[in-house]
Amino acid sequence: MAKDFQHTMTKTTTTTPAGAPAPPPRTSRRKKGKGGLKPLSFILLALGAFVFLFPFYYMLIGSLQTEPDTSITGAFPTVGNITGQNYVLINESINLFRGLINSGIFTGGVILCTVIFGIPVGYALAQMHFRGRGMVFALMLLVQMVPFQLLLIPLYVLIVRDYGLADSYLGMTLPFAINSTAVFVFRQYFLQLPASLFEAARIDGASEMRILTQIAIPLVRPAIVTAILLTFIGPWNEFLWPFLVTKDAAYQPLAVSLANYISNVAATAANPFGAILAGACVLAAPAVGLFILFQRQFISTNIGSSAKG
Amino acid sequence: MTTDSTVGKRRDPGPTPDPAPRRRTKLLGRQPLGLAFSAPYVIFILAVLAYPLGYAVYISFHDFFFTAPGVAVERPFVGLQNYIQVLSDPDVGRSFLNIGVFLIINVPLTVALSLILANALNRVTRLRTFFRVSYYVPYVTASVAVVGVWLFLFSQNGLINSLLGSLAPDPSWLVNSTLAMPTVALYVTWKQLGFFILLYLAALQNIPEELYESASVDGAGKIRQFFSITVPGVRSASVLVTLLATITGANLFTEPYLLTGGGGPDGASTSPVFLMYQEGILQGNPDTAAALGVILVLGVLVIALIQRRLVGGKED
Repeated sequence: MAKDFQHTMTKTTTTTPAGAPAPPPRTSRRKKGKGGLKPLSFILLALGAFVFLFPFYYMLIGSLQTEPDTSITGAFPTVGNITGQNYVLINESINLFRGLINSGIFTGGVILCTVIFGIPVGYALAQMHFRGRGMVFALMLLVQMVPFQLLLIPLYVLIVRDYGLADSYLGMTLPFAINSTAVFVFRQYFLQLPASLFEAARIDGASEMRILTQIAIPLVRPAIVTAILLTFIGPWNEFLWPFLVTKDAAYQPLAVSLANYISNVAATAANPFGAILAGACVLAAPAVGLFILFQRQFISTNIGSSAKG
Repeated sequence: MTTDSTVGKRRDPGPTPDPAPRRRTKLLGRQPLGLAFSAPYVIFILAVLAYPLGYAVYISFHDFFFTAPGVAVERPFVGLQNYIQVLSDPDVGRSFLNIGVFLIINVPLTVALSLILANALNRVTRLRTFFRVSYYVPYVTASVAVVGVWLFLFSQNGLINSLLGSLAPDPSWLVNSTLAMPTVALYVTWKQLGFFILLYLAALQNIPEELYESASVDGAGKIRQFFSITVPGVRSASVLVTLLATITGANLFTEPYLLTGGGGPDGASTSPVFLMYQEGILQGNPDTAAALGVILVLGVLVIALIQRRLVGGKED
């Protein structure tokens, strides 16, 4: 205690003399940042943004070119070289609409299961006292460390061979059905609600189901949006598992059919890159669009529970 | 009926509840319904993770092969035979070497770039949201989609080679046996960086401003401050970042499959997971593939422990 106090004392004495002519220490750094004179940082960030965004821009440009133009001028749109033909071409080889529907069913199934089964667990872990709670929590944390490559073979043997769920939405969805990260997000948000609220509801005789659906869930709407977005990108972008499960093109999510196009069919097409990039744009657009629309939710999840407001 | 009586008792704030519900409370907790709320999730984990995990180890110790559903066949215990077969396979050695090359490039690059960019992002307020969004976009996009652009950019006559002119590598990037794996590592670093930048950005919020202030009073420059305050201040995040980057590296599949056309040229970019797919599923040897999976996970564990020592070494 005393040492602690002394520590803060010395700290304040060292900061005060310097802080006296300048504005108070808390705001000084922030103000310096706002002054905008961080040229080196800013150049670095701008360079980074270019490196991260350019491939996406190039993806779009490339998907619209009649002839692939890989020179430096090809990075700028030229009027004579723009066409929608690549989208038609890729759609003839892989049914884009079917792929989007399959991706949608796969992703939707995972989101639905995560919301229906994940919210009660998250609530129970945060606001209910029951035997085994610690174990469930430990299990949830442990699950996030299990590497998928170890599960690859046994899951394939079980789901595809033993249960015969190859080429089915169920087989695709099963290993991902409840997203543990989303469960963790639910728990974090429910934990921020005051326990007294739930105690009061219980004293008034409300059942746990009613407390959950009528008190807890309406209070954590942003958590549900966050968890849905977080869950969305997993199955939407997943390649390996649906690739193993679906051999029938009618069931393949877009990521799988596009990958098959890249590795097999592309060699025979007139403008393979144009067609690949057109397919890539269709696959990327929903995830990128959702992310830009809801970027605040995405980013606050990763900042974690530090966002208390 | 019994539930009613507990509810009645709970409604009564009296200090000494009946002994019977109390014993129940002691046995199952105050809200035993929590068990029912958790049950679907726990069953899911046991069925889809815990059981297959054990099954993987079982498969790796037996002579296992695919059969039609419901057919009972004998799958004799073979001890370490599958492991011996995996470890004596030169392709496996090659794939582990490839992953080693991948990790040596990817992990330090990821840690350095994400920390530098997170630090810059923390200082600048103008266009901050724009920067954050642009760094995160590759992370949320399907690898299959961005692989398409990288193939285009790094192809023989691609934009990168046009820019480099005569400096372009002779067998182009992805078909060059020395450059294939580094290109894959570069791709993965680029793809994942946004996520790690956000991890570091969160960690940077925990470094007290006062440290920087007193350091600048003491005459420490920006670079000195970065190495003496920022780097040690985010050490626990660095442990996490190296661990996650290593796990991502060990899981590599999509990139060698698509970017280098199935681990080419000549196996220069195969990954263990790609071999598991080839051996286990295409060639029908799930037993050796499972053994390879177990070895891979053990390898990751060992590397993670070493990294923890190295990165988190000075922690109290």
